Amino acid sequence: MEQRCILDPEGNLISEAPVGLDETERLFDAMLTARLYDRKCSAMQRQGRLATYAPYEGQEAAQIGSAAALRPGDWMAGTYRDAAAMWMHGYPFVNLLLFRMGDERGGCPPEDVFILPPSITVGGHMIHAVGLAWASLIKGDDRVAITYFGDGATSEGDFHEAMNFAAVYETPTIFVCQNNQYAISMSREGQTRSATIAGKADAYGMPGVLVDGNDVLAMLAVTTEAVDRARSGGGPTLIEAFTYRAGPHTTTDDPLRYRPAEEVDEWSHRDPIVRVRRYLQHNGRWDHDREQTVLDGVAAAIEAAVAEAEATDPYTAIEVFEAMYAEPTPVLKAQRDALLRDQGSA
Amino acid sequence: MAQLTYRAAVARGIAQEMERDERVVLLGEDVAKAGGVFKTTEGLYDRFGPTRVFDTPISEQAITGAVMGAAMNGLIPIGELMFSDFLAVCWDIVANQIAKTRYMTDGQISLPLVLRCANGGGTRFGGQHSQSLENWAMAVPGLKVLAPSTPFDMVGLMAAAIRDPDPVVVFEHKKLFATKQDVPEGEIVERLGVATVPRRGSDVTIVALAAMVPVALEAAETLAEQGVSAEVIDLRSLVPLDTATLLESVTRTGRLITVEENPRLCGWGAEISSIVAEEAMWDLDGPIVRVTTPHIPLPAAAEIEDLAIPSADQVVAAVLTTA
Ligand SMILES: Cc1ncc(C[n+]2csc(CCOP(=O)(O)OP(=O)(O)O)c2C)c(N)n1
Repeated sequence: MEQRCILDPEGNLISEAPVGLDETERLFDAMLTARLYDRKCSAMQRQGRLATYAPYEGQEAAQIGSAAALRPGDWMAGTYRDAAAMWMHGYPFVNLLLFRMGDERGGCPPEDVFILPPSITVGGHMIHAVGLAWASLIKGDDRVAITYFGDGATSEGDFHEAMNFAAVYETPTIFVCQNNQYAISMSREGQTRSATIAGKADAYGMPGVLVDGNDVLAMLAVTTEAVDRARSGGGPTLIEAFTYRAGPHTTTDDPLRYRPAEEVDEWSHRDPIVRVRRYLQHNGRWDHDREQTVLDGVAAAIEAAVAEAEATDPYTAIEVFEAMYAEPTPVLKAQRDALLRDQGSA
Repeated sequence: MAQLTYRAAVARGIAQEMERDERVVLLGEDVAKAGGVFKTTEGLYDRFGPTRVFDTPISEQAITGAVMGAAMNGLIPIGELMFSDFLAVCWDIVANQIAKTRYMTDGQISLPLVLRCANGGGTRFGGQHSQSLENWAMAVPGLKVLAPSTPFDMVGLMAAAIRDPDPVVVFEHKKLFATKQDVPEGEIVERLGVATVPRRGSDVTIVALAAMVPVALEAAETLAEQGVSAEVIDLRSLVPLDTATLLESVTRTGRLITVEENPRLCGWGAEISSIVAEEAMWDLDGPIVRVTTPHIPLPAAAEIEDLAIPSADQVVAAVLTTA
């Protein structure tokens, strides 16, 4: 299967761009933003300000390019590693940060943003995206649902059931597999003998597309096609974004235990941001000062979000109990009161 | 004697049995070259090689299902589920198939297999990676259930689980991984269904499991300063359950407190309480008290997670207020 590619690693256009330079610049800025946020989170984790964090560095194009193909009301269900896509689709940094601080309020986006909390269990959310899309079909609205998952997640039974269900009911679901070559320490080859993940779509009777996941324009193009097809009643699509996790699985992982430094180095030459920078440069649309200005603005916005998140009143035990059911059960109320008594006396 | 961590005790128990019996194999996600995400299987791949230690795709159903199949065909497989929470992903195979096979073949098919998983909270992993799920396994007829609290017990009970002819689920508590203990060299094999009494006392019996054992011991220490002599029982094994040690203790002390990390409803302590209420009611001098996490998932936020999990202070208060 051919990998769809529009911008090569040198920043040369090898087929028609889906958008003009203004829009490309917007995607570039979004990727810069995503990378800065990701690095900030890793740093904050090391400082003990965030819980375990799963960095997505190297996968910015896969997430930003695909999320850019959505309309505001569309649904999204991703994983612990998809904060860039979530942010691109409207999930504020403050909420993302709160989530990483262990504040359950961070699991809920603003009212007009249709994004599920990051799935921590590998695989289950793919089916949620099928259900979300199916409901849209039944209700007759034209929202689609996109779901993000890794190469490893395709080994879960959930993948099979989600793909099959989506195809059978022709739900407007876009399955985006970010094949970043590893699932913790397990290589893609160890995960499945299938030559490609995109090829699995065939067996379910839906289109499968293999795309250079480090090419933001190609990601935008293939996802737009899938979204358009889904929205017009053409059913689901599986997209395999071929990419690489530049960093560790999470902040507690040491990737050098299982992958060679040369491989990491090789992929660093295919960085998704660098190639867009080169493309803009070739077209006279990049200069250092502009990028620095963007970065400064982004850094300030992220700092403001961090400050807001850290100044948020801590999530309390009372809220935990209130969140359990629409109306706390009598047993739960009694337990809440007992716990608060203990807390008061401690 | 050398110091052994609870984490390393897992690998030591498995290695001891792999050395002794070549039918023993290990499989799971990231267990081989990476040595397990909690480093509990470190060294096993180097020592026993790729024909005995296998990294699997992310397929909990396939792990448990393959373990079951292999157990029926002459191997003694050990399957790791990275987090006990993922038991939910493969519960059909565990609860409907593994647990019921011996019974549904009129006792003919034995499943000498072990499922291991990292269990429990206190590590800020949030509601889907922190559960204490011994109760789930305990509620299914046909499974045996272990939850060791010390490195020594981990070695000996892991070995016993591997040698047992029935399916055994071993819950390894994440909060205990770094704890250490002097453990003698040489073979260690404990018995399933035997509780230990890490502290003797005469006024009250505190029954605990896994990470709640150190909490109970700390409470007992504080109680001693206040003139209350508490006995601490470490159940270690929920199935089979050592009711003899439990009832002997309670009839002597006349008081029972259970300390459970799990959400309150249907926790193992409810079973212990009911056994004591049925068998030793007239020996009790005061109400039975269960100290548990409230009936909520464990919060990810540090402060409320700590608040939710039973503390030594709560145990002390439970003993003193009902004295
Ligand atoms: C059901 C389930 N099994 C195992 C895990 C542990 N786990 C967390 S992330 C991960 C690897 C996932 O790899 P992949 O799907 O390729 O996504 P990536 O992390 O590479 O983005 C594993 C095994 C989990 N969270 N849920």
